[in-house]
Amino acid sequence: MFEEYISIFLKAVFVENMALAFFLGICTFLAVSRRLDTAIGLGLAVILVQTITVPINNLIYNYVLKSGALKWAGLEGADLTFLGLIFYIGVIASTVQILEMVLDKHFPRLYNSLGIFLPLITVNCAVLGGSLFMVEREYNFTESIFYALGSGAGFALAVIALSGIREKMRYSDVPKGLRGLGITFIIVGLMALSFMLFSGIEF
Amino acid sequence: MGKYSKIILDPLVDKNPVTFHILGICSALAVTSKLETSIVMSLAVLFVLSLSNLSISIIRNFIPGSIRILIEMTIIASLVIIADQLIKAFAFELSKELSVYVGLIITNCIIMGRAEAYASKNPPLQSLFDGIGNALGYSCVLIVVGGIRELLGSGKILGVNILRPINEGGWYEPNGLFLLSPSAFILIGLLIWVVRTLKPEQSEEE
Amino acid sequence: METESRKKTILIALIVSLICSVLVSVAAVKLRPIQERNKELSKIENILELSGADYKDVDLFEVYKKNITPSLVELKTGRVLDETEYNEFLNVRDFDIKKNSEDENYGRDVSSLPGVPKIKRAPRYMPIYFVKKNGELKKIIFLIYGKALWSTMYGFIALGADLNTIEGLTFFEHGETPGLGGEVDNPRWKASWRGKKVFDDLGELKIEVIKGKVDLNSMSAKHKIDGLSGSTITTRGVSDIVRFWLGPEGYGEFIKKRKEAR
Repeated sequence: MFEEYISIFLKAVFVENMALAFFLGICTFLAVSRRLDTAIGLGLAVILVQTITVPINNLIYNYVLKSGALKWAGLEGADLTFLGLIFYIGVIASTVQILEMVLDKHFPRLYNSLGIFLPLITVNCAVLGGSLFMVEREYNFTESIFYALGSGAGFALAVIALSGIREKMRYSDVPKGLRGLGITFIIVGLMALSFMLFSGIEF
Repeated sequence: MGKYSKIILDPLVDKNPVTFHILGICSALAVTSKLETSIVMSLAVLFVLSLSNLSISIIRNFIPGSIRILIEMTIIASLVIIADQLIKAFAFELSKELSVYVGLIITNCIIMGRAEAYASKNPPLQSLFDGIGNALGYSCVLIVVGGIRELLGSGKILGVNILRPINEGGWYEPNGLFLLSPSAFILIGLLIWVVRTLKPEQSEEE
Repeated sequence: METESRKKTILIALIVSLICSVLVSVAAVKLRPIQERNKELSKIENILELSGADYKDVDLFEVYKKNITPSLVELKTGRVLDETEYNEFLNVRDFDIKKNSEDENYGRDVSSLPGVPKIKRAPRYMPIYFVKKNGELKKIIFLIYGKALWSTMYGFIALGADLNTIEGLTFFEHGETPGLGGEVDNPRWKASWRGKKVFDDLGELKIEVIKGKVDLNSMSAKHKIDGLSGSTITTRGVSDIVRFWLGPEGYGEFIKKRKEAR
């Protein structure tokens, strides 16, 4: 039983990497990967928000939105799946907001290092994508926790690795038009290529 | 009319949202392994971006600052749901291939970005045109990438054989790499290189 | 001033949410019939494609009604259900795999069975479609599904009246990489299934999708299908799906019974 969860986790980190295999969260991914310390901050923030929102959305989907899910409230035939997007983005936006306030009040040091990344996360497709994939793949509650951890960790791994490479790249002589964004895309492409090696492995 | 045509034409190359502003590359790249899905995705973004810009601009003077982002999010999310439902109703086969990526338009930074940077400060008509222009600029990138990937990856354009692949009795050995995610990143990188070589004022120092 | 702006904030929020929710609900409710019709049409089209009936430029539903008899079969016993047994779960017109799998009475845990195509639960009853022409049974179409690389693939496989010769295979829903695993939709590849034999003379399940090309001179070529190049995992997935559903845990019992009856 436990193996299955580990397999979901490892698959989400390596094979189905949010940033490199599904292009999710690329905007923040590129913007924040200039320096290693900011990349670490963003990576941690994504893991945190992902692990909170995906399981919550899992509960919402299973007990409110899914066709027939409102049985407990006496509404047998209701199918609210089309409202999913609004619910998920609402949960993400409010989680980020609450997290920001809690961190600010009780953990000021953590807030100083993570705080500036939190607003970026509301519009990070990796976080919304996590919830949408969770629904599409029909994970149950426990599975969704492991999936959230894995997909968050995968994103963090990718952004931290990229920032490391970009820091080293600073001393390279890149053709003028390719400098900055252009070469970064090509690096990400090569990283994605190497991550594809994992897709043949059965976890 | 010159003003409006400039608003539309500017984002196509000169201020292209993807190559110039680095906006909105996220989800949409995943659908560019075929030209057809790229086009549908472009249309969906055009629909959402122009209408969200228009409606946010109309109510821009009434939105209280404290809930600005929330209101914008609500409008965008509603438009995306409508677009998603429309695609499911009228392009059923494609909707299966696009899967979650239509929904991810919500977090496409182009839309939030234009709402914040343009629509919340400018009158409705101009905002509408700005939305159309940016969506078209975005579509250009999507369609170029989608076209190249489909042509080299499966030898087809819009499902019609151009380079006849070997397994259908032709000569072209399709390069499967172009159908996978790394190729999209590399193609965008090269595209940026081309645009920035032609328009040196866009290049950045690092 | 403070209360004034707070009132205004709430008012605007209410108005905006009201307009948005009305728009979204109207779109969802108005479009739902079209979406449901699409789903049904796509399923019917796939069944008709396999049935070999001519359905171009004619009313699909008419052709479907004339040529196809849908039924439900109890997998464990291979018994075809009587229409009087149909209920909310057992319903051929829109059979819901998920709903049936999750139910205690209509689904079961298959995760530990050998060769299962990575699905956890499966229905105890599955729909099958008899294709008849002028009253004579021509083919039987089976619903099959399972996981490949990225997605759960749903499809149909058609067997001839001898319940051994494959008449066709098609997947109507999958999320494999277009151009690689997505080549399961390639008409040439689908055509390569036609005429292959599922079982050998002893009744052993032999059908298999292999990696690479089939050696046409080998004895077992009639049981083997070329894999899709560049998509090992999708290929293995398809092989597992077909083998599982035509095997003893799938429609095996039904097939055995029908063969014995002949």
